[in-house]
Amino acid sequence: MAATVSSERDDVATPVQRAFREALYAGAISLGLFVLFIGLRTDQNISNELILVKRWGLLAIVVGAVTVGRFLYVAYAVPAMERRKAEKAGAPAIVAEPGFVRRNFNKIGATLLILYPIAMVLAFGFQGSLKWVDNFGIQILIYVMLAWGLNIVVGLAGLLDLGYVAFYAVGAYAYALLGTHFGLSFWILLPAAGAMAAFWGVLLGFPVLRLRGDYLAIVTLAFGEIIRLVLINWREVTNGSAGISGIPKVSFFGLMSFNVSDPNYIAKVLHIAQSGAYYKIFLYYLILALCFLTAFVTIRLRRLPVGRAWEALREDEIACRSLGINTTTTKLTAFATGAMFGGFAGSFFAARQGFVSPESFVFLESAIILAIVVLGGMGSLGGIAVAALVMIGGTEILRELDFLKAVFGPDFTPELYRMLLFGMAMVIVMLWKPRGFVGSREPTAFLKERRAVSASFTKEGHG
Amino acid sequence: MQYFVQQLINGLTLGSIYGLIAIGYTMVYGIIGMINFAHGDIFMIGAFTALIVFLILGALFYSVPVVVALLIMMIVAMLLTSLYNWTIEKVAYRPLRGSFRLAPLITAIGMSIALSNFVQVTQGPRNKPIPPLVSQVYTIDGISISLKQIIIVIVTIALLAIFWYLVNRTALGRAQRACEQDRKMAALLGIDVDRTISITFIMGAALAAVAGTLFLMYYGVVVFSDGFVPGVKAFTAAVLGGIGSLPGAVLGGLLIGFIESMWSAYFSIDYKDVAAFSILAIVLIFLPSGILGRPEVEKV
Repeated sequence: MAATVSSERDDVATPVQRAFREALYAGAISLGLFVLFIGLRTDQNISNELILVKRWGLLAIVVGAVTVGRFLYVAYAVPAMERRKAEKAGAPAIVAEPGFVRRNFNKIGATLLILYPIAMVLAFGFQGSLKWVDNFGIQILIYVMLAWGLNIVVGLAGLLDLGYVAFYAVGAYAYALLGTHFGLSFWILLPAAGAMAAFWGVLLGFPVLRLRGDYLAIVTLAFGEIIRLVLINWREVTNGSAGISGIPKVSFFGLMSFNVSDPNYIAKVLHIAQSGAYYKIFLYYLILALCFLTAFVTIRLRRLPVGRAWEALREDEIACRSLGINTTTTKLTAFATGAMFGGFAGSFFAARQGFVSPESFVFLESAIILAIVVLGGMGSLGGIAVAALVMIGGTEILRELDFLKAVFGPDFTPELYRMLLFGMAMVIVMLWKPRGFVGSREPTAFLKERRAVSASFTKEGHG
Repeated sequence: MQYFVQQLINGLTLGSIYGLIAIGYTMVYGIIGMINFAHGDIFMIGAFTALIVFLILGALFYSVPVVVALLIMMIVAMLLTSLYNWTIEKVAYRPLRGSFRLAPLITAIGMSIALSNFVQVTQGPRNKPIPPLVSQVYTIDGISISLKQIIIVIVTIALLAIFWYLVNRTALGRAQRACEQDRKMAALLGIDVDRTISITFIMGAALAAVAGTLFLMYYGVVVFSDGFVPGVKAFTAAVLGGIGSLPGAVLGGLLIGFIESMWSAYFSIDYKDVAAFSILAIVLIFLPSGILGRPEVEKV
């Protein structure tokens, strides 16, 4: 975080002197920022009145940490980074052949994902693997799928969508309502939920076709909020904020069931011990298959005329139109395709949780998904998967850090800091790599030889 | 009729608060073309600062006149909230200026998440109620107007007047408008663009802090997640009025306020936000650049 407080006149000062001055500035600013919020705490006393609790010690520690951190950063980290940059610039530029891992990144990633539950079962046993497969594996893969779906809209077609979670909600509620009321199976409702979400995508697409850039962003945000508010208030159908529970589980293609009471319960059919882990492992492979489907469709679509039209639209809408591409249908297909995958993910989410409520479809979710797409490098499937792993996996791990209680005392709950750190991580990663983890794009059409295009040369559409 | 006028007054009060927040959005958008997503949380920080200052005043002095207390709350909130927005601009937006369009949007969303959770972590997740500051209500002809509402409208009008003067009559405002039109040219003519942008953020935050203080006074309660809904609505107001246009922001704020109070009064209170957002979508379809916005001229 390179906030430069100093101006040109301190060219003469040594790094340490400058660092000292900047540390003082940083300390003063952080004192101003934190004096009321960390130094004092509003608490309710017995008669429900607010009182202030003083925490000057904590304030001193935080301000001190900021000051020292800024000093070390300016005095040592910045010169070190500049030296390294200078060395790099001085050395002859060697275009390194990408290593084995780089070249086969996708294959290795896919293999690891397929083997992951098996490794977890071997390492922790069936019961012990539950947490790792469910909380980490499935959770991250849901976000990977959502981000890949949104990538079609934002990364390929360049339409900034801040209400993607609406389609996720449509998919989830479609499965929840049709599954509980009509007893339809997941395998029928999965495509139905996708189609319904796609329909909503087109419905949203129509009015916003004329809008561009940030106007599009705000209307999609409004649309997401409208869907959520309707879900909360249309109590007769959606049961309001209480949500819908008792959503049926997915069956093993109708052959085996994961309900212990059913005659065709998987453990009875296969004569193995009962365990809840089978269902989780099955769900893991299901979402993994859905992810692969999303990736496959994205990769293939990019080679089809419609995918090329999306990317052309992202780069330059006017040129696109003058070349005779119908921008209306191009935008609508992007919205519909992206929404469809959101719907798939939504119905999977409903089946996995067994419970849906409007709480799960707040704007924050849209923001997180968009953040994953941008942090991963828009348009790059591998980068997005890595971003989902880092951001979602990272915050999930915070739930596990119980040993911190020993350091900070028993009142310390790492979960509380989860979203705070998530927000800060979004800022830091963006500052560190503004183009995302993967800053280059594979061209789909090329002359003679395939060259990666640096993302700096590509534009992002303005709607 | 009385009922209608009553709702008009409620809408005016609500709209004033939205308008004050919307100005921050619209100014920042006008000058650097970026949606400052953290602005709603800046508003919340303003309300929280006012709350803590109020408690400090209560703890230090036996009794303070309400006007003095409100003034102190407002001034401290303006100072500290400006410091927040200034720091955020320096840390999270400035390094990404000139980078691609979505990068500052993502850091802004990150800052918004970080700010609201920072307050949750440091101040706790519960509602923070305060005793009513002003409770007089005047009844004229069956229409009741509370002193709170009068204060809100007067403070808003006074601030808008000061603000209008700053933007239209001072060198600072000229610099701001110049940066808005052409940043490079403004820099060539000797305007310190960085400084102008910083001041824009400070001004936006100061207005948001006043809105926060008024919000706290009006509702008597604040919670860490309070930034989001007013923030989105104020942003809606800015877009509705035509983003980049200052009178547009105020007009949009008032419109959203009126729509909300009228809808809750005559239709269903549950769907008031749905109504506000739907009207936004409808207006944008027919007037794609808002009510008072300049149509975007595209040069090839």
